[in-house]
Amino acid sequence: MFQVRIHGRGGQGVVTAAEMLSVAAFEEGRHAQAFPSFGSERTGAPVVAFCRIADTEIRLREPIMVPDALIIQDPTLLHQVDVFAGLRPDGYILINTNKSFEELGLADFVKSHRAERLRTVSATDLALKHVGRPVPNVPLLGGFAAVSGIIRLESVIKAINDRFSGKVAEGNIAAATEAYKIVQMEMEAAHA
Amino acid sequence: MLKQIEGSRAVAEAVALCRPEVICAYPISPQTHIVEALGEMVKEETLTDCEYINVESEFAAMSVAIGASAAGARSYTATASQGLLFMVEAVYNASGLGLPIVMTVANRAIGAPINIWNDHSDSLSQRDCGWIQLFAETNQEALDLHIQAFKLAEELSMPVMVCMDGFILTHAYERVDMPTQEQVDAYLPPYEPRQVLDPNEPVSIGAMVGPEAFTEVRYLAHAKQMQALERIPQLATEFNSVFGRDSGGLIHTYRTEDADTIVIAMGSVLGTIKDTVDAMRLPENGGHRIGVLGITSYRPFPLAAVADALKNCKRFVVLEKSLAVGIGGIVATDVRMAVTGMGLKGFTVVAGLGGRAITVKSLTALFEKAMRENLDLVTFLDLDWKAVNKQLEREKARRRTGPVAEALLRDVGVVGARNY
Repeated sequence: MFQVRIHGRGGQGVVTAAEMLSVAAFEEGRHAQAFPSFGSERTGAPVVAFCRIADTEIRLREPIMVPDALIIQDPTLLHQVDVFAGLRPDGYILINTNKSFEELGLADFVKSHRAERLRTVSATDLALKHVGRPVPNVPLLGGFAAVSGIIRLESVIKAINDRFSGKVAEGNIAAATEAYKIVQMEMEAAHA
Repeated sequence: MLKQIEGSRAVAEAVALCRPEVICAYPISPQTHIVEALGEMVKEETLTDCEYINVESEFAAMSVAIGASAAGARSYTATASQGLLFMVEAVYNASGLGLPIVMTVANRAIGAPINIWNDHSDSLSQRDCGWIQLFAETNQEALDLHIQAFKLAEELSMPVMVCMDGFILTHAYERVDMPTQEQVDAYLPPYEPRQVLDPNEPVSIGAMVGPEAFTEVRYLAHAKQMQALERIPQLATEFNSVFGRDSGGLIHTYRTEDADTIVIAMGSVLGTIKDTVDAMRLPENGGHRIGVLGITSYRPFPLAAVADALKNCKRFVVLEKSLAVGIGGIVATDVRMAVTGMGLKGFTVVAGLGGRAITVKSLTALFEKAMRENLDLVTFLDLDWKAVNKQLEREKARRRTGPVAEALLRDVGVVGARNY
């Protein structure tokens, strides 16, 4: 079982991201379970959502406390919420930012983690460019497909089409695809 | 057809497949997505021959459902928590009058203190209201139970609550197999009322009954629930033959055949319990002989089926998301009645109140203690004794300690409710 925890703020589509990730996994014939950390939703307040992906039925209903991957939609949370709580040492981290891990002050923290599994992508900029709104959730899924290899970009695109239509779908597909390419190029550069 | 959708959406689609004729709704978390989705379906005319009525309160929702059902319409509503409490007078009338309304209860705690998260306090507060109460373990079962509920309700002329864990199920995206309209039509015949307000054959419904017949009318309600004990497993079998799924029934057992210890619970926590039990059964974890009994039909309570499921074990743990203040367990009381004279050790565990997460880690430690019979008769899982004792000491020390909830929040270090 692969467990993803998504951190963001109310209004950034955190819950939608977890749901769409589960749809993408479902499109690949896998079992998936997405759920929010339930609460009174407020714009701007810290929000957490979860997604489990497995090849067999998922019965577990506890929150994800030991995630295999973190998607952080808002870097301002780094100093407000213990977003890294329980992350496995070999876990993946994808942060929505135009800064590096070093510039975010995370150089020491990530020393013990596998560098090729740590990525940033400027998802808000990509969303503004392609969708016209600063909603980073969908481009981050494209980036997540690249860094983790857990789901394919084409499944993310299917999930986008399942959720949105028309211009919003087109814009999000473009943003997710560009995020995927950026992260993939970085990974290839790191390997070279 | 397999779909990856939200539990609320799955239930709304299943209800629509049951061809309801009147849906009355008043929104309350975590039920809102269900009635919103049904409202959209009526507006988009994907659900036809159905009147969707926005009402001004939950009391009105149940009152309208009563009127609609008495007029011969297949009637549906949904609620939770304070909403259920607000409709209580009408809830008792619906069952007392024998009207086959189906209602989803998206289980949620009851205030005060205000809490919007999941536990079973709301529908269990209506334990004795005369409605059948079926509890879903997964979104698939929630969907399936609604289809069975209409059939059961209408056959017996008795209302049914389908209870599903608020948020944990209603807001979870997971895989469901959505039946076809043809399958549902094959299983669920059109509603043929036993009593109906028909101007061509006028009757009155709701007579005042004095001491001369009140006990008999009430006994007949009880007798109907006893009939339901027979019909519920049959309906599950018939459902399996049409839909190919084992959903519903009175109880579900899991790895109980050789179990010395059996954990009993209702609803979605059964999944986490099963994972815990599987791990504890591994040889490297001690190879514990532990099993699970899920209760699907809480009302009527399947005394004989529970006794039969527990006949070979040595001890049982009832883990319930509810608290009978002043005694402990609610479900546990019924289980103890079921095993009267069997000489079993029984433990009550109150867990998951107000949305507290029930984790494999806590369950493992709890079940290990239970297997050593080293548990109190009533245990509160993961209770913060430090916070509790601090408040108790404060109350001993001085009179004006102020409101309890606010004091506890200060002690645990938050200014408002925290969910993560």
